[in-house]
Amino acid sequence: MAIMRYAEALNAALREAMTADPSVFLFGEDVADYGGVFKVSRGLREAFGDRVRDTPISEQTLAAMAVSASMTGLRPVLEIMYADFMPLTLDALVNQASVYGYVWGDEITLPFVIRTQGGGGLGTGAQHAKSLDSFVAHIPGLKVVAPVTPADAKGLLLAAIQDPHPVIVLEHKRLYNTRAEVPDDQGPVPLGRARVARDGSDVSLIATSRMVVEAEAAADRLAESGISAEVLDLRTLRPLDVEAIVRSVAKTRHAVVINEDWGFCGYAAELSATIMEHAFDDLDAPVERVATRDMPIPFAESLETAVIPDADVITAAALRALA
Amino acid sequence: MTPKPALPHNSPSIDEHLEMHRRMVVTRELERQLGALHKAGVTRGPIHRCDGQEAVGVGATGALEDRDCVTTTHRGHAVYIGKGLAPRRILAEILGRETGYNGGRAGHMLIGSPVHGMMGGNAIVGASIPAATGMALSAQVLGEDRIALATFGDGAAQTGICHESMNIAALWKLPVVFLLEHNEYGLTAHASTQSSVADLYIRAAGHGMPGEQIDGNDVVAVFQAVARAAARARRGDGPSLIEARTYRMEGFSTSDVGGYQSDEDLARWRARDPITLSRAVLVEALGEDRVMDVERAAAETVAAAAEAAQADPPPHFVPHAPSDPRAFATEGR
Ligand SMILES: Cc1ncc(C[n+]2csc(CCOP(=O)(O)OP(=O)(O)O)c2C)c(N)n1
Repeated sequence: MAIMRYAEALNAALREAMTADPSVFLFGEDVADYGGVFKVSRGLREAFGDRVRDTPISEQTLAAMAVSASMTGLRPVLEIMYADFMPLTLDALVNQASVYGYVWGDEITLPFVIRTQGGGGLGTGAQHAKSLDSFVAHIPGLKVVAPVTPADAKGLLLAAIQDPHPVIVLEHKRLYNTRAEVPDDQGPVPLGRARVARDGSDVSLIATSRMVVEAEAAADRLAESGISAEVLDLRTLRPLDVEAIVRSVAKTRHAVVINEDWGFCGYAAELSATIMEHAFDDLDAPVERVATRDMPIPFAESLETAVIPDADVITAAALRALA
Repeated sequence: MTPKPALPHNSPSIDEHLEMHRRMVVTRELERQLGALHKAGVTRGPIHRCDGQEAVGVGATGALEDRDCVTTTHRGHAVYIGKGLAPRRILAEILGRETGYNGGRAGHMLIGSPVHGMMGGNAIVGASIPAATGMALSAQVLGEDRIALATFGDGAAQTGICHESMNIAALWKLPVVFLLEHNEYGLTAHASTQSSVADLYIRAAGHGMPGEQIDGNDVVAVFQAVARAAARARRGDGPSLIEARTYRMEGFSTSDVGGYQSDEDLARWRARDPITLSRAVLVEALGEDRVMDVERAAAETVAAAAEAAQADPPPHFVPHAPSDPRAFATEGR
């Protein structure tokens, strides 16, 4: 068991995957010589040479190349520096990757991974702070994961690279420096399985990515008022672990769904609808939705904190659900 | 055939040169203040300084009219100053104050002041290029006497939208100037890892427009090249590409840990500092006292601006009604 930073755990996954399989190829802006602006690929250029490449600033083309290279034997792992740049890759995902895996059936596989990171709270401004989870989770044929713990960062990235289908890995800029134990033999974490981050009986806080951390803080606060909150870390956004959601809601009968993307047509709305479809009879109160305000993310601290949800907002939502 | 109107003069007068010099010094002082404020922990998020590159943004905007539209990048401070924006309100925006040009909503990368024709910094690499191209389209279609200028880096020059913008602009003879600010790096990656050709101005030939390479540390050379390209755009002859060679003296941003720029390169370029080069010419023409007075006043302006901006209040949050997805939800706001 070693204590690892989230970024180190991702690095370990890349290193292991590249050692095990010579067809794994890493590319992206500043990933090779500099080791990635968030240091996730540090040392990999030295270890794997030309299988780790710096690229020009060409997201649209890079994503399309990841798709086509994966059809022809490579296992590309592409880093898109900020989730805010993911819209530049969308044609490759929605009109290429999504389509060929279906229309050509079993004749091809598309084993590529796009790693990116989103999230706000650090004063990076409207074009570097978004979480566009629903943009990718919306696309049939893609899998989408969002690890919160270092162990899951390693395990989900390993699973993503091994998967024969496209996987988008949504990291969070405020998680890279968080530390926790990662088992020495941490292997792939199966895609599509949620994790109960904290057991509880009164209300389910169903969260994704760093919002799990805020939900845990909210659960602490609720505990002070004698409320037992369960925190469910979805880990995989698509395919969704509906069973885990239903199990939790059946137990607590109250649900708060939490996601850092915008609310309208956002990922939290999907969670809410899923609960309606699969656990309506278990509910004692309407589902509460917590998401980023439907507006661009402002720069100044006093504005940014008013837009991105935190433990206070989640606590208030839980109290509304229980009222 | 009607004869083309005579070309406007395309060299700055000595007074114009002195004003550009002042603006370069203001920009440099602004960058230094920001460096110090960052160290003191007063700033938020990364800040991209343009130390050593001031002649590009200042010289280019010096050759334009107030009504001309300019777009820039995440590294746009020289352009903001060149376009006539006030240091006090720029600094207030960068510090996230209510008194900033955009009320603290934008931060340093997205400052816009349409009344100045300052149509935004942009933190999406490459996006300043089609932005200026579209502003040139509106001028052409509306028959308005204004042009647009895009500044962008050598990294941005490799994006698809750069090439697509140049093609459309040349095809439709749009009144736009493409000013490629080549500072040798895109984030931490040297230009040689980004393009198979070292000289990027030659790409203009592929789009049938004039392209030239200039000394981006010579503010007069930048002014002259942009004045020529702007005149061509105003005549309706279409776009031009100017590759201004310069060098980034500070890190990519205040969060850059550095280590990849060689000491020799830094020393070589420091010897060609745009402010030093410009000062030598001006001192020769106007005498040392006059130039130093201007520099001193510029530094004082920025120091006072920084102090005032820090004392300004943070903005109060107000929801953005046009972003609200629900009808009637904004009633009464
Ligand atoms: C579409 C997009 N991709 C990547 C980035 C991250 N990024 C910000 S600046 C930069 C390098 C830009 O280089 P260049 O255009 O030469 O400008 P410079 O920083 O040298 O001024 C990169 C890769 C971004 N902001 N936008």
